[in-house]
Amino acid sequence: MDYTFHWAKMFSGEPAQWMWEGFCTTMQISVISLICAMILGIVICILRMTPFKPFQWFSLAFTEFFRNTPLLVQIFFWYNASYFVIPTVINDWMNDLYYWFPGPFSLFGHEFVGEWMLFNVELIMGIIALTVYTAAFIAEEIRAGIFSIPKNQLEASRAVGLSFLQGYRYVILPQALRIVIPPLISQALNLIKNSSLVMVLGVTDLMYQASQIESYHAMPFEAFTVALLIYLAISLVVSLCINLYNKHFMIQVMY
Amino acid sequence: MHWDIVYNNFDYFLYGNTTLDWHFPFLHNPEGLVASVILAICGIFGAFWLGLAAGLMRLSRKWWVKIPSVCYIEMIRGMPLLLLIFWFYYLAPVITGQNMPAFSTTMICFVVFTGAYVAEIVRAGVVALPKGQMEAARSTGLSHAQAMQLIILPQALRNMIPSFVNQFVSLTKDTSLAAILGVIELTRTGVQVDNREMVASFEIWIAIAGLYFLICYILTSYSRRLEAQLSRYQARNR
Repeated sequence: MDYTFHWAKMFSGEPAQWMWEGFCTTMQISVISLICAMILGIVICILRMTPFKPFQWFSLAFTEFFRNTPLLVQIFFWYNASYFVIPTVINDWMNDLYYWFPGPFSLFGHEFVGEWMLFNVELIMGIIALTVYTAAFIAEEIRAGIFSIPKNQLEASRAVGLSFLQGYRYVILPQALRIVIPPLISQALNLIKNSSLVMVLGVTDLMYQASQIESYHAMPFEAFTVALLIYLAISLVVSLCINLYNKHFMIQVMY
Repeated sequence: MHWDIVYNNFDYFLYGNTTLDWHFPFLHNPEGLVASVILAICGIFGAFWLGLAAGLMRLSRKWWVKIPSVCYIEMIRGMPLLLLIFWFYYLAPVITGQNMPAFSTTMICFVVFTGAYVAEIVRAGVVALPKGQMEAARSTGLSHAQAMQLIILPQALRNMIPSFVNQFVSLTKDTSLAAILGVIELTRTGVQVDNREMVASFEIWIAIAGLYFLICYILTSYSRRLEAQLSRYQARNR
């Protein structure tokens, strides 16, 4: 083992700056795609619950397809082959974004210059892939949460005089959402970890910056270890929050 | 549409450009779908045993057995698989003093990564059983290990199967990450054909996704049969 470690170099100068930029980008991607995935997941879940059959078929096909294919393949699909799915106008618009924000501008505390800027096609496609992938899981989880509430609760709410929608709003959903929140948070954790995959498109996230340090500064082991610790810290903080949340808000089931 | 390109390259998707060697079928230099399936199957078997060991260690009361397993599980569950692969890829030569092939590197990573999740499933499955089962087994004179092996694990295993299958389906999908280290498996053949043909990205990626879907579907349907088989005694009691 004749490998000398340069830990100190990781925490100053270029490597530290790159890692910080990568961390910010990772968090941006995660937050944006998490919000979009929540919205899309709820929409897909509602489509699945409607009595109109074609909607059900669509959302069934959507969830099954996106849950059973690898995220990496989906990322390649969105980046290389989305011309078929996304209209040309929107594709051109996304390509033009590069020319719309040419100069340096700062966002979330760090500067984007030229190709380092936030909204290039690669990043948008990465976000779309992460969003759609996570939305498929979220839709299934919300549906499972709603199904786990016994059906006679809805019947009881009807008997008390609430309308169908009121029954959903005041009886079913408050219980279902509380059940669903822990798996949703672990989905968010998965999303943060999965966001490391967008590096294959050249999006400058934490993982990309680590491999950047590997090739520029020849410190592979240190770079990836620091990246690992950052991901670990994010995960541990979030799972600590889940546990605290669970302790306070978990429904105490009594049968 | 250029579905003919998918048709023409289909054997390339399946086993890459290696000449078929039926004496050692695909094992010494697998490519394409065959490589993905081998990675997935070996990963599943390795992860099952590693996860079982780690999960049982996690349940132990002795701290020096429990702590390493807790560290392992929490570490692995908190990091992306891609990062583990890269980290190990650069760590392995430092430890062993020689380069390791990407194929075996990724396979070890798949086993280690999925093992942590399987360990949690094992723990949850054992904890979910009524405590009386163990007490009854001990009172009939079985040792702790025997009770675990003969009474607890067979029951727990049946309850664990759905979660196992979820985990193994996601492992099968994760084998696509080997492509990033340059292992020529299903995703990598997709990249290569995509780069070569230039005109048919949509068709190629739909075909690749369809092949993954097929593997996962076969895995799921087999597991349903396995679950039915393992719970046949239970079904009679209800």
